[in-house]
Amino acid sequence: MLFEQILFFVAGTGAIAGALGVALLRNPFYSVLALVSHLIALAVLFLLLRADFLAAAQVVVYAGAVMVLYVFVVAYVGGSDEPLRPESGGLLTTLGPLFALALFVEISIAVLGSSLGALDTSGPEVGATFGSPGEIGRLLLTKFLLPFEAASFLLLLAAVAAVLLARKRRGLEPDGSGAAGPGPGGVLRGAAGGRTGTPT
Amino acid sequence: MSAQWFVVLSAFIFSIGAAGVLTRRSPLVILLCLELMLNAGNLALISFSRMLGNSDGQLFALMVMVVAACEVVIGLGIIVGMFRRRLPIDVDEMSELRG
Repeated sequence: MLFEQILFFVAGTGAIAGALGVALLRNPFYSVLALVSHLIALAVLFLLLRADFLAAAQVVVYAGAVMVLYVFVVAYVGGSDEPLRPESGGLLTTLGPLFALALFVEISIAVLGSSLGALDTSGPEVGATFGSPGEIGRLLLTKFLLPFEAASFLLLLAAVAAVLLARKRRGLEPDGSGAAGPGPGGVLRGAAGGRTGTPT
Repeated sequence: MSAQWFVVLSAFIFSIGAAGVLTRRSPLVILLCLELMLNAGNLALISFSRMLGNSDGQLFALMVMVVAACEVVIGLGIIVGMFRRRLPIDVDEMSELRG
């Protein structure tokens, strides 16, 4: 029990630090790396909640595949977003964190003040198969068959849409396709291959 | 560990993501903060699933991950398209998607 608590606080601190890093770091590349550490800390929390399969999927799908996509696009677009115009002290820049704080207080009051009796227990005893890949697969093919098929169709649609968005089009680039700097077509083709291959 | 801790932690991460979406200007970072919010929702779903001893919440979280992957693919495709047409990578100046 003590070991669980220590692990929760270590992983929770890591998750919060990663989240703050994503929201505060200037360079988008560092933001992506902070999100990777955040996702791995979240996978540890999932393990504490006995969601074994989801923890593995989180590391493989999110921290592996989706973040590689982000790294490709950040490297292609370039991390030069913030130095162009310094983030001035606009109204939203000051109101945004205040709004987020209000949101946090509101959700906390709503959750902790609710009459969910089981909320301050650690949950009922569950069998060894709770959250295991076999259990998840059985549920996916019996009770949740329709969402499973819908998800596969959605992934197919996203892959086709990514190819359509990233394909080379005549006449849309401002100054021709050949003279546009050091070969954006080649780089893009590589990025597009990674993007369509990842989610399927 | 009681489920309260996990739910409050997920609320905190969700708020950080919301603050990031509101204050940042680069669409890349806004997509990253959206990921934060989706993952906070996942954490809440999984902790409620553990609290009830029912696996259904984990399936919901899996579906959220699928939808998040699709959203990332489309969003990054749009960003790459903006970059190729030499448009500014800035949500304040890009308030419409018409060519």
